[in-house]
Amino acid sequence: MKTIDLEFIESLAIGASLLGAGGGGDPYIGKLLASWAIETYGEPRLFDLSEVPDDAVCVMSASMGAPTVAVERLPGGDELHIAIISLQRYIGKRITHLVGLEIGGMNSMLPIASAARTQLPLVDCDAMGRAFPELQMCTPSLFDKSATPMVLADECGNTVIIDSNSNLKTEKMARQITVEMGAVSYIALYPLSGKELKETMIPGTISLARDIGDKISKSRADRVDVLNSLLKITNGVLLFEGKITDVDRKTHDGFARGTVELAGIGDYTDSKLRVIFQNENLIASLNSQVIATVPDLICLVEPSTCRTITTEELRYGLRTIVIGIPCDSRWRTERGLQLVGPKYFGYDIKFTPVEK
Amino acid sequence: MSIRIGVDVGGTNTDAVAFLNDQLVAVAKSPTTQDVTAGVTNAIQEVIEFGKLDSKRISAVMVGTTHFVNALVESQYLLPTAVIRLCGKTTRAILPFRDWPLNLRKAIQADVFLLDGGHEFDGRTISALSQKQIDNTINMLIKSGIRTVAISSVFAPLDNSHETYVAQRVSKLAPNISVSISSEIGRIGLLERENATILNACLRDVAGKIVTALERSIKELGINCQLFISQNDGTLMSAAHANRYPITTFASGPTNSMRGAAYLSGKADCAVIDIGGTTTDIGILRAGYPREASSIVNVNGVRTNFRMPDVISIGLGGGSIVRNTNGLAIGPDSVGYKIRSEALIFGGRTLTTTDLAVASGRSEIGDPNRVKHLDPGLVRDALELIQETIGQALETMVTSSEPIPVVLVGGGHLICGQEIKNTRSVTRPTNLDVANAVGAAISQVGSQIDQIISITPSTRESAIEALRKEAIARCESAGAVVESIEITNIEEVPLAYLPVGSVRIRMRAVGNLDFSKDLNKII
Repeated sequence: MKTIDLEFIESLAIGASLLGAGGGGDPYIGKLLASWAIETYGEPRLFDLSEVPDDAVCVMSASMGAPTVAVERLPGGDELHIAIISLQRYIGKRITHLVGLEIGGMNSMLPIASAARTQLPLVDCDAMGRAFPELQMCTPSLFDKSATPMVLADECGNTVIIDSNSNLKTEKMARQITVEMGAVSYIALYPLSGKELKETMIPGTISLARDIGDKISKSRADRVDVLNSLLKITNGVLLFEGKITDVDRKTHDGFARGTVELAGIGDYTDSKLRVIFQNENLIASLNSQVIATVPDLICLVEPSTCRTITTEELRYGLRTIVIGIPCDSRWRTERGLQLVGPKYFGYDIKFTPVEK
Repeated sequence: MSIRIGVDVGGTNTDAVAFLNDQLVAVAKSPTTQDVTAGVTNAIQEVIEFGKLDSKRISAVMVGTTHFVNALVESQYLLPTAVIRLCGKTTRAILPFRDWPLNLRKAIQADVFLLDGGHEFDGRTISALSQKQIDNTINMLIKSGIRTVAISSVFAPLDNSHETYVAQRVSKLAPNISVSISSEIGRIGLLERENATILNACLRDVAGKIVTALERSIKELGINCQLFISQNDGTLMSAAHANRYPITTFASGPTNSMRGAAYLSGKADCAVIDIGGTTTDIGILRAGYPREASSIVNVNGVRTNFRMPDVISIGLGGGSIVRNTNGLAIGPDSVGYKIRSEALIFGGRTLTTTDLAVASGRSEIGDPNRVKHLDPGLVRDALELIQETIGQALETMVTSSEPIPVVLVGGGHLICGQEIKNTRSVTRPTNLDVANAVGAAISQVGSQIDQIISITPSTRESAIEALRKEAIARCESAGAVVESIEITNIEEVPLAYLPVGSVRIRMRAVGNLDFSKDLNKII
């Protein structure tokens, strides 16, 4: 068991931003919320997945909606707590542990705020290992676990319970309710027993994100090779180094879709990389040959600091290093790829493991 | 026949230029004085005398100044600032002043009030305003003796009616409290916009004093015209508005220099390299306006999001100190305004970049005999290093591999040679050392829109057209001649992770100043 202090969340924010694979929203607001909760209610405890008893009652805590709205209408402070309490009342069992849904981006921080606020222990794991745009894209879905009963809450004390037999249907309903709640909602979902949690979640991702952030910020201080330590800790591969020569954002159908083109520099002079994104980076092609696809993580970082460049920040002229990080092996199974592979996002491309 | 005077107050010199019917007719340089307004008076007086101008025909004086930002950097004369945030039950966990540097926070943080109000992304209200809450709050402000208040409201860039209502109420019940509202200052991103509003509010006292002093000094010159202050985005505001929104002048220096460079060189799309005494600023002009920084701007350790030009600044200028002890090094320290006594060519003892330019024969100022002894190898290597440093900085700013035209301005331009990597041409326009003042003089007025709208493919065109009309209307009410108004920038970004077709649209309109209007009333 460890505790999460303010220094921990500083590092976590940097690491979580990288694991967002270009999306997931800026963790900054989440970090302020978590630090407020820690200062107000105390440091939450963090347990390893293996330490959770089989009969534990575990629930995921997160937010849902548009990051652009999340930086304008900020949390009131009680909504995550209200969602958890309301779910507890509905399932009629005392919740014993909290869990993260999504380690990439803003949602890395919310379970920490919840754990501080509720005084419940947090488990070191998540259900994505990165950021994904939809809530059925969680490893428990691969084991037929239901995302529901699920509660959505807003800052004004409104709650909605969804009980459904399809996680995809749950996603669609929850998204509509979120719009009604003002484009951001705070959710409690995927109630799982400790046994189910151990079978279905990706272990150690909170610590991993913290360690990544630690390496990036320490390397900055020590001026050692930031990139190498980053690749080592993530098992990542260097895909490209170049300069953005074109950003094409497609504005129809309400998604932040687009492509970004990079011209190589250094070892990659005379090569071109194209990355297709849709909130997150989805597909990377080197000179028209696909070299990485979702669910593996494609991350663009700023060369000297390894700070993440999100898809919203892409612009002409930025120098970037592109790295690929292998996703959790469960995403690479046939079922995993059905749920989060390139085909689900509308691209008729075969999944190519990034390390090959 | 109308005369416009542009003034730039720099760290070393105060420059003034005069335009007669769009023709540059006179320039003057005068040292910046401790009492800054005296320097402004001197510069204007000189330009009037030099151009033999009739001061009665001067229709406007435009001033670009770093006064306000200096007050903040030096933490001087800052007012304790109260904050009213209109947010209902939302946006309460993270309070104003959170994540601020402790010293600044200590200097200015006063009471914070979270009240009912605010809007959703689609224009619905979060909660209605509460008259009782508002009046109670104002009473508490009066009792506390506070003199300035910052007001923010959730989604104010989209709908600022709640902010303006509370602002009017404060002005009515407590006319001595100055009010700053967030929708006038920043864009979407509540904390950053609120931070900028707080910084603005704490500067109100010093802004008022500076504006009054500037107005007085032009009156004393017998000039009976309106005073305008340059804003960050290259547009103007009236003296009365500058009084209320000093923070929007923070980055007007680089903006004026770039716009002045565009005017002097006749190029609207180019990179501008402004080499001063201590630093070199590089920015990109598109259609005559500087490219804006994309998002968060850190001001004195505070995260803000107001409109700023995207400028890279490097510690290299005409006064930069050259050392050759442990390898060749140039800057970032500079002899600054003491160059006239400390540089070798002026009889001083410090080797500066300007000495190198003279030693190489590129420049003929000072006494060339005093740099004859310099090793030609050192001079060559150092000048190459300067070229390389500038080339690298430029490369981080350009948007494609296409070679770009470059305009060089600023008093230190001679330290830079003609050959810069990846450039199509390097132009040094005449009067390049007063580009800032020219930029101030040619400034226009403008308006900005930042909204989230819900669109479908079939309604997109009409929705954008409606916003375009609104931007033009706002620009007109800011004092522009309606026929001259142009939309200079439209940015459209869809909201991620939302099923509805919502996009965030940012739009900018600019137009020529209409001198027939009483601009103090409208801007």
